[in-house]
Amino acid sequence: MSVYKPDAKWHEMVSGGYIPQAGNAQEYIVSGWRSQRPVRDDEACIDCLFCWVYCPDNAVPVKDESVIGQGFDLDHCKGCGICAAVCPKDCIEMVPESECDE
Amino acid sequence: MPQVKPMEGNQAVAEAMRQINPDVVAAYPITPSTEIVQTFAQFVADGEVDTNFVTVESEHSAMSACTAAAAAGGRVMNATSSAGLALMWEILYITASLRMPVILTVVNRALSGNINIHCDHSDTMGARDAGWIQLYAEDVQEAYDNLIQAVGIGAREDVRLPVMSCLDGFLVSHSYELLQVEDDEAVQEFIGPYQARYPLLDIENPITMGPLDLWDFYFEHKRDQWEAYGPAKQAIVEVGEAFGEKFGRHYGLMENYQLDDAEFVVMAMSSMAGTAKDAVETLRAEGVKAGLLKLRAFRPFPAEEIAEALQGAAAVAICDRAASFGAEVGPLYAEVTSALYNAGVHIPCSNYIYGLGGRMVTPEDIVGIYRDLEQVAAEGQPPQPLQFLGVRS
Repeated sequence: MSVYKPDAKWHEMVSGGYIPQAGNAQEYIVSGWRSQRPVRDDEACIDCLFCWVYCPDNAVPVKDESVIGQGFDLDHCKGCGICAAVCPKDCIEMVPESECDE
Repeated sequence: MPQVKPMEGNQAVAEAMRQINPDVVAAYPITPSTEIVQTFAQFVADGEVDTNFVTVESEHSAMSACTAAAAAGGRVMNATSSAGLALMWEILYITASLRMPVILTVVNRALSGNINIHCDHSDTMGARDAGWIQLYAEDVQEAYDNLIQAVGIGAREDVRLPVMSCLDGFLVSHSYELLQVEDDEAVQEFIGPYQARYPLLDIENPITMGPLDLWDFYFEHKRDQWEAYGPAKQAIVEVGEAFGEKFGRHYGLMENYQLDDAEFVVMAMSSMAGTAKDAVETLRAEGVKAGLLKLRAFRPFPAEEIAEALQGAAAVAICDRAASFGAEVGPLYAEVTSALYNAGVHIPCSNYIYGLGGRMVTPEDIVGIYRDLEQVAAEGQPPQPLQFLGVRS
């Protein structure tokens, strides 16, 4: 069975549009869908992990049970703003992409 | 030993389903196809088949369940008519796009409104772009034979497409004819075992089916699907030949009836072709070179084969049992004339829309079409391209 390639030609695909590689959504970069991005104030964050729990795209990285200092996975964050909405300390701000460096 | 039994079209279809013994049937009854699933449900209740029979709450659910069961890896069948097919619409495209060889018997019936339970082809003609193979049966025997062949056609490795096996509502579905019923073992031997290509129940090899498919991949997937219809045409021919060798009744994409030397040709599908054969015989007895081209496979459309079959004719009448409202002609006429144009065959053609909502067509009506064709051939073009046969005017 063929492997996912973003530039695959029609005859290189699996008929029926099946996806034979489990979990390959990770390879699909959706950063272009985002009009604003979450920015966390790590000083105010209490590490409740609500943002990690609620993120629909698994785009909140956690290391050693903490989100502090980990930022966001901007390849997979679509900018929905749920993390900012559920944050009990209001320490996540949604910043327009036009005001961001990259 | 094969047996000859009097059977209605619906009973013949149910009998073929019993012999095929599908893994799953998910159906919702609708006139005039009700008797198929009703009879088959009795076979299930009596333990004559191993089928998991799913009673669902609508045709939308029926085709959803069938498509899902096929995705799981099963051999799946179903039957419907008219509004039932219309309610399956959304799923019909998915079944074909996912390349699931589901077999659906459609007992052709008019679409509402106004409400009508009798035969025309507006239901399956409307579904012609959904990606399903479509076979049309002239009589009870063909309805039985087509269903058995549909199994092998749809499931072929390079095809993997769903098949609609169509017969005319009431005219065939409720008509008793003598049916040659083949042996159960012979039918099983002919269809062979089924192995789905990527069954979802193969949990060692997990795959995803039917994901979001946007501007970046959808078009390539549709382009890939386009490739299946050439092999589907070959499969119809090859399975038809194999069926002929085993059971003695030969099938192809179409049937040429008195066509070799015919000057005046009627082109029709389904039970109309049987009536037209009577008209051909009447005219041949008078010395008129009348012929019939009966189309069996409307999808995939055998454009080149039709052009080749018609190229010697002086005039052709193409008969549509469906109206394509807003178009200038019926769907069969549009495709046949396009096929002729692309093949560089220039013959005067006329279009007859007939039989809507079960309006009767007699051999005399069809003799009248041949009389019209003599005039069309003499003048080089029809006086009017489209006529409504048998409407009060």
